[in-house]
Amino acid sequence: MTNSTIDIDILRYRPEQDNAPFVQTYRIPYDEEMSMLEALQYIKDEVDGTLSFRWSCRMAICGSCGMMIDGVPKLGCKAFLRDYYPNKIKLEPLANFPIERDLVVVMDDFITKLESIKPYIIPAEEKSLEQGEYIQTPEQMAKYKQFSMCINCGLCYAACPQYALNTEFTGPAALALLARYNRDSRDAGSAERMAIVNAEEGVWGCTFVGYCSKVCPKGVDPAAAIQLFKVESAKDYLIGMFKPE
Amino acid sequence: MSHQTSQPKRSHEPVFWGLFGAGGMLTAFLTPVMILITGILIPLGIIDSDALSYERVHGFATSWYGAAILLVLIALPLWHTLHRIFHGLHDIGVHRGRDWQQVICYGFAFAVSVFCFTLLIQML
Repeated sequence: MTNSTIDIDILRYRPEQDNAPFVQTYRIPYDEEMSMLEALQYIKDEVDGTLSFRWSCRMAICGSCGMMIDGVPKLGCKAFLRDYYPNKIKLEPLANFPIERDLVVVMDDFITKLESIKPYIIPAEEKSLEQGEYIQTPEQMAKYKQFSMCINCGLCYAACPQYALNTEFTGPAALALLARYNRDSRDAGSAERMAIVNAEEGVWGCTFVGYCSKVCPKGVDPAAAIQLFKVESAKDYLIGMFKPE
Repeated sequence: MSHQTSQPKRSHEPVFWGLFGAGGMLTAFLTPVMILITGILIPLGIIDSDALSYERVHGFATSWYGAAILLVLIALPLWHTLHRIFHGLHDIGVHRGRDWQQVICYGFAFAVSVFCFTLLIQML
């Protein structure tokens, strides 16, 4: 360990005393093992206790510590000072979300959207416990597994230029989650969810920029989920022309 | 800011996306080949220029299959291009007159498709 330091710019906003967000610079000891989240914890413990940020697990499972690091949406626990040192680092709250306080954003719209896609298995018929489990082959599981890895961190919404332009867009994580259930062999709720997919605010709000998939810390590919759904939606449109409900 | 809870309205985008996708495939795969032939190989004399003589091209354009190929090669990439422009305008933040942008973009693609179709039919 050396005695060098690193400067971190943090966009701060305390609604009860600040009229607008402003940048505050903190100088802390540099350690190549230190993550961005640990740096924030160091600042809060040793330098400025008024700084607010969300965190919990420290290991990219909980999805709490999403933030903009030099303008790129990342998890604070999965980004390290060594990848930026000796340059100054800029931390901002996740883009495209309203700021609640400092690095904490209001995620209500995101959560509402996750809930709106019926994120639970809707079985064709309810089975009693005595009838046993719903059996699934590895092949059937492979169809949806990657879409089930989402930790709801919201990085993809901060990355999405379409969500930035219009927050009515259902958005990457919610549509990937929708794919997770529609592609599950145990689920029979596809028809109900297709109405969300088919809408202008559904998959058709996407212009396939693909940045959502690039920033995902869990290797989920929401852009792929959305493009696959465009094909499904186009088929559904054709069927709908001949079989109006 | 509450998200809609009523039944979402079905988008007509599949029609335009279908034409966009088909046009994109043609543009990606065939346009470079056509540029290679007409822009490089024939001017350089690697392919004999008689291969694209007036008589041969006219003969192709006035056959039913030739006319069909030309219509597809002109119309679909055009739908592709104008769909891109329409969505590109949204992406760069031109929000005024979205309806008019749509009418002008797809109207142009439609008009040129009909124009091309009419010309080819007349030649048959």
